[in-house]
Amino acid sequence: MSKKLETAHAGTLESSDAFVRVIPIDAKGIEIELESSVEEIYGDAIRDLILETAKAMKVDGVKLIVQDKGALDYVIKARVQTAILRAASQTQPDWSELS
Amino acid sequence: MKQKLRRSMLFVPGSNTGMVCNAFIYKPDTVMFDLEDSVALSEKDSARMMVFHALQHFTYKNIETAVRVNPLNSPFGLLDLEAVIRAGVDIIRLPKTDTVDDVLEMEQEIAHIENRIGREKKTLLLAAIESALGVVNAVDIARCSKRMMGIALGAEDFVRDLHTQRTKEGLELMAARNQILLAARAAKIGAFDSVFSDVKDKEGFMHEVEYIKGLGFDGKSLINPTQIPWLHKAFEPRQKDINWAIEVLEAAKDAKERGLGVISLDGKMVDAPIILRAEWIMNLARASGVLGEDQ
Amino acid sequence: MKDIAKHFTKEALTPINASFYSEKENVKGEDRRAKICESIEEAIKRSELKDGMTISFHHAFRGGDLLINNVMNVIAKMGFKNLTLASSSLASVHDPVIEHIKNGVVTQIYTSGLRSKLGEAISKGLMEKPVQIHSHGGRVHLVQSGELKIDVAFLGVPVCDAFGNANGYSGRSKCGSLGYAMIDAQYADYVIVLTESLEEYPNVPASLHQDQVDAVVVVDEVGDPSKIGAGETRMTTNPKELLLASHTAKVIEYSGLFKDGFSIQTGTGGASLATTVFLSEKMEEKGITASFGLGGITGTMVYMLKRGLIKTLLDVQSFDEFAAKSLGENKNHIEISANEYANPSSKGASIKQLDIVVLSALEVDLDFNVNVITGSKGFLRGASGGHSDTAAEAKLSIIVAPLTRGRLPTVTKRVNTIVTPGSTVDIVVTDQGIAVNPKNKELKERLKKAGLQIVEMQELYERAIALCGEPAEIKYKDKVVAVIRYRDGSIIDVVRQLA
Repeated sequence: MSKKLETAHAGTLESSDAFVRVIPIDAKGIEIELESSVEEIYGDAIRDLILETAKAMKVDGVKLIVQDKGALDYVIKARVQTAILRAASQTQPDWSELS
Repeated sequence: MKQKLRRSMLFVPGSNTGMVCNAFIYKPDTVMFDLEDSVALSEKDSARMMVFHALQHFTYKNIETAVRVNPLNSPFGLLDLEAVIRAGVDIIRLPKTDTVDDVLEMEQEIAHIENRIGREKKTLLLAAIESALGVVNAVDIARCSKRMMGIALGAEDFVRDLHTQRTKEGLELMAARNQILLAARAAKIGAFDSVFSDVKDKEGFMHEVEYIKGLGFDGKSLINPTQIPWLHKAFEPRQKDINWAIEVLEAAKDAKERGLGVISLDGKMVDAPIILRAEWIMNLARASGVLGEDQ
Repeated sequence: MKDIAKHFTKEALTPINASFYSEKENVKGEDRRAKICESIEEAIKRSELKDGMTISFHHAFRGGDLLINNVMNVIAKMGFKNLTLASSSLASVHDPVIEHIKNGVVTQIYTSGLRSKLGEAISKGLMEKPVQIHSHGGRVHLVQSGELKIDVAFLGVPVCDAFGNANGYSGRSKCGSLGYAMIDAQYADYVIVLTESLEEYPNVPASLHQDQVDAVVVVDEVGDPSKIGAGETRMTTNPKELLLASHTAKVIEYSGLFKDGFSIQTGTGGASLATTVFLSEKMEEKGITASFGLGGITGTMVYMLKRGLIKTLLDVQSFDEFAAKSLGENKNHIEISANEYANPSSKGASIKQLDIVVLSALEVDLDFNVNVITGSKGFLRGASGGHSDTAAEAKLSIIVAPLTRGRLPTVTKRVNTIVTPGSTVDIVVTDQGIAVNPKNKELKERLKKAGLQIVEMQELYERAIALCGEPAEIKYKDKVVAVIRYRDGSIIDVVRQLA
């Protein structure tokens, strides 16, 4: 994704949802900050998932701040993908990146 | 071939995480994710993405899925189609179908997408009739596409189009219901009634269900999962109908074993439509739990 | 009293001067109020409470309790240390106990439940000595066996007379049954009753009796009436709870026990209450009357009593104001003590006559063991309560819980903490399938034929994991922070400190 990213967000703080913020940063790579209601048992798995999802969309130089309220994997994925698409002002996703 | 039961179509706003994640638990015959009226403009993209994933999740693998997409003349319609067809949705519900052209246009876009992505299974269509024009064109709409599996009444918008209000008795919907039913039967597709929005009023709901079932409707849209077992109970076949169905199917089996060309029961001829009806009743009986899966 | 006895010996019955009897002691009015203390502090002084002793409370006020915090504050101010706190249970309102632990006022706890910040703090290693978690019946056993020797009991009540006759079904902060307090009143060395209202003597019929009580203190409040009710008392509209209730009612209907004269106990919570409502509909249809309802009594059960669907209610704890009031009004709504309810060594515990119990669970595992005390993350946040007692004795014990709560799986490979052993659990009802304990082959077949979705526990587990993902192992330290005592006092499991 070569487009310049703006700050964007997706999702809500409702139970079973996740609120995802995308913030462009100067450094390279993908930084992840997770606050999860299920940190003790799923925290690491969720961080991996967020990273994987963002990597698949070929973003770089972003910080993803996620507040998770016990969302299932596919909900987290959907919110991360939506937030990144909004950050890139991209309405038509590249479907190969979004399995 | 087993005919698909479509008694209950549970309406799920695509922007509501809790409902999207849990709808399967209540086992409606069809889950209908909505991307149109129940989703705010600012959340069309997030709802689309959520539904895209939900459709592919294992929890929705064994349930028939439908999605109400946004109109093609909105910025969202095509994007919706692309997403949900890729995700493998079974049925596309057209919002507000007024004319045959509405259907053909949608069908064309769907076909394009299916070809492009190489999807072999044909996505079905469900037309929502929500206006006087739609009702008047119902027969043509019902017949115009091989993909059309049913037509449904959208009562709220329809009643507004008529310049009147909804009432408990539902007289204002009488013409629409009858027309839609006739059109569906003429085209040999399903007929579906509108939602009953007062979840607290079980009695009113059951009253409406008895009425539309009596008219001949195949099913109804629901907005609350609690209504599902109530609806299924109402559609449960009566014992005497089950008994009749068993007799018919046994007669058919008997005739086949004896190599007879004609099946007869109580001196009357039993032809294909009657056998289909008997099988339908047996399906319904099994789904209602009145009969075991093996009977 | 004059020394009359010496006039009466086996050898000689010396006639006493008749005038002996005409001299009445000048009984002053104040002696009739001899038990009344001006303050909590005075009552404590009279009790001769010392460092290292055991003090007790009851939990009939649940989340509306104001007594424990008030009394503990006085005790702390008076400088007592190293006390054992033995409340029949503790609620989230009791977080202030954390301070008393930090200050060395309380160094040991016996309780059925721990919640909120107190539970969390203890999970993180706040106390040196592990908390003893007991069941409701098990507590009575501990008291009777002498392990839990209560020196001073502080029993809060809404109404009491100057002599100590108290009940819970009148007055402002109605709590209904004083079933747990009855045990303390019987066995504690010194019994202090703290009442919101001083009634005229005799305040009868009494639940706590004048011949058990040492001191009476009138206090402003013992409870907050708005918080005494245990959560949900109205029929839920939550679709998941209704679904669970519908399945549970059907399980009961086809269990083989659903006939005239059956008995039942249910918990609180949306699904339990809805189950009772669905069941009462079936009872009306089929003309079935229950012989008794036990527990844990809710307004819904009172409603069934009033409609003649249940003959008798045996009440050890009144969960809401309807139940509390009914206890005082209905002659078939009977108060029972924790000993009559569930003590395993009691001569007669009602649970031994119980047909069906509907229980909840935080976790259930492949062996049907149940955890109701620690959550999926290992924190102390629940209560043993009557769970293990009822499951052990009821003919049919039914666990009702959603397969997942958000992203937390209810069904696990192995529960974090065993409170109720799987051998006492007959069936687990979830919103995505029902598992029957393999020892109940006949029940399983019957329920399958009835059209219920019967699956193996392994399937439920796999489904929960497929939805939520494989949970990471919770890391613990070696230190034991709580010991789970089974009904007979034996140790069934321990809870370790969170890392």
